[in-house]
Amino acid sequence: MSLISSLRTAAAVVVLAAAPALAQDKILNVSYDIGRELFEALNPVFAKTWKETTGRDVTVDQSHGGSSAQARAILEGLNADVVTFNQETDIDVLVDGGLVDADWRNAFPNGASPYYSLPAFVVREGNPKGIKDWSDLVRDDVQPVFANPRTSGNARYTYLAAYAFALEANGGDEAKANDFVKKLLSNVPVFDTGARASSQTFAERNIGDVLITFEAETAGIVAQYPGLERVTPGTSLFAAFPVALVRENAEKNGTVEVATAYLNWLYTPEAQRVLAAQNFRVTDKDVAAEVAAQFPEVKLLTVDVLGGWAEIKAKHFDEGGILDQVFEN
Amino acid sequence: MTVTPMNAHDQIAAGRRAANAGERWTARVLIALALVSTAFLIAAPLVYIFWRAFAAGIGGYWAAITTPDTLHAIWLTVIVTVIVVPVNVAFGIAVAWAIARFRFPGRGLLMTIVEIPFSISPIIAGICYLLLYGRQGFLGPFLREHDITVLFALPGIVLVTLFVTAPFVAREVLPLMLAKGSEQEEAAVTLGAKGWQVFRYVTLPGIRWALLYGAVLCAARAVGEFGGVSVVSGRVAGQTNTLPLQIELLYNEMNTSVAAFAAASTLTMIAIIALIAKTFLASHNRRD
Repeated sequence: MSLISSLRTAAAVVVLAAAPALAQDKILNVSYDIGRELFEALNPVFAKTWKETTGRDVTVDQSHGGSSAQARAILEGLNADVVTFNQETDIDVLVDGGLVDADWRNAFPNGASPYYSLPAFVVREGNPKGIKDWSDLVRDDVQPVFANPRTSGNARYTYLAAYAFALEANGGDEAKANDFVKKLLSNVPVFDTGARASSQTFAERNIGDVLITFEAETAGIVAQYPGLERVTPGTSLFAAFPVALVRENAEKNGTVEVATAYLNWLYTPEAQRVLAAQNFRVTDKDVAAEVAAQFPEVKLLTVDVLGGWAEIKAKHFDEGGILDQVFEN
Repeated sequence: MTVTPMNAHDQIAAGRRAANAGERWTARVLIALALVSTAFLIAAPLVYIFWRAFAAGIGGYWAAITTPDTLHAIWLTVIVTVIVVPVNVAFGIAVAWAIARFRFPGRGLLMTIVEIPFSISPIIAGICYLLLYGRQGFLGPFLREHDITVLFALPGIVLVTLFVTAPFVAREVLPLMLAKGSEQEEAAVTLGAKGWQVFRYVTLPGIRWALLYGAVLCAARAVGEFGGVSVVSGRVAGQTNTLPLQIELLYNEMNTSVAAFAAASTLTMIAIIALIAKTFLASHNRRD
């Protein structure tokens, strides 16, 4: 017994001594469909920092797809160490599958959302219709463009932001908020399935007066298509970009340490500057102050004013919910 | 002036002339319709793909194609095709041989089963593999226990592609083997040829063009497969993203349209090469 244990100690010493030379960490980050450029910018910076602090090399592999489909793939065995999604409910699905801790929202700061965005507007050059806020979108002479809220997560945020705005403007009167989103939806000339297709409908096919999508997207759209400009509404809805450790996989892969470090690193000024450069709003106070000129002030509501995700799902998106009642597509 | 009655031959010829005038117009309208619809449905999108791919010049195209992830996607697609085509050639010959040369219970059923992948949407195939091999699937616990990775890795992609492309070779070879009958093979056996020799010197030369034709169709389908693979790939860039998945990934982003269209044009070029090979083989096939 003592021989075996001393052999074990010897083996451990050998392994530890060899470790710095062989050390190669590898994690898989499973992410949403349009985050490729963002993480291609972030990952090399993390690798450099990890090398400097631990002496180990790290490769962060990326997988991008619609985040609900990605969650499904992880449930069926896609070996993700971490997830970086754009829908909190898709992480809750992993909690139900036993892969992610139930209190994942408290595992990292800011509700486990290192960066965030909000539904904002893109209008035609010179803003000919004078569109400034959500109340302008229900005017008879304004055609807003966004994707179908039944199929697009981005459009669900647009719908909820409009609803939250109307609730606030009407002192919490739900009937008036219902009327507001009903009028908004009836003004939309085309409902595409995804946000990308809506951007094309607006920018390439020249349909509609205002496109509503995440603020982080608007800069790219304006850069690609001349003759458009951005408008940030006075009020909008906080759109979390939540992250979580996929504990079951990370424990099996022996990557809990590096995976957790990766997610924590996203909150550091170094990472937050990269995120801000990609037009995401950031949580680090100093970096947020540095880039304040880039982001107009906006009154941000959270999904809590609508009762949180569980209630939103039951009340708005389940069959026969408010969306079904006001959306006659 | 004597009126000579038209003989039967002249009457038929006159009737044909009158009919021809009408038919010629119908034919012209139909040809014009076919040309216009081909131009709009097929030619225009193809030209557009290449036009967008080269929007930033040859340099931009080359830079977009030679990013490590896109190169890997091309490489992975080639590997999958190189595995899938020979397996399906062997499978196709075996099935066609069994059905054409033997009578056994379930023969009709086998003919139907081979065609199933044609009538099932590839995404259903992907989902079936997910339900079978997935972590929560039927074989999931067994595979995990033995540390065998099928899904979200090369084996899963190959399996789904095999499923989707399974009928191509059998479908081309079977009618030919049925039509040719087994007389030549029986003669060879009578002359003392062994089973392998019969296949090598009698059966194979008879079906080789059909076989190659099926293999080209199979390869083209394997290269372009999207729906089924998208379910089981896991979409890990530089690892399990095939070329069609990489195109979708690039297309979903702003500011990367050159990259997406460059990747798409590469896939299109592979398809056009396959089409030329197919046309060449089809003409040989008809001659046999």
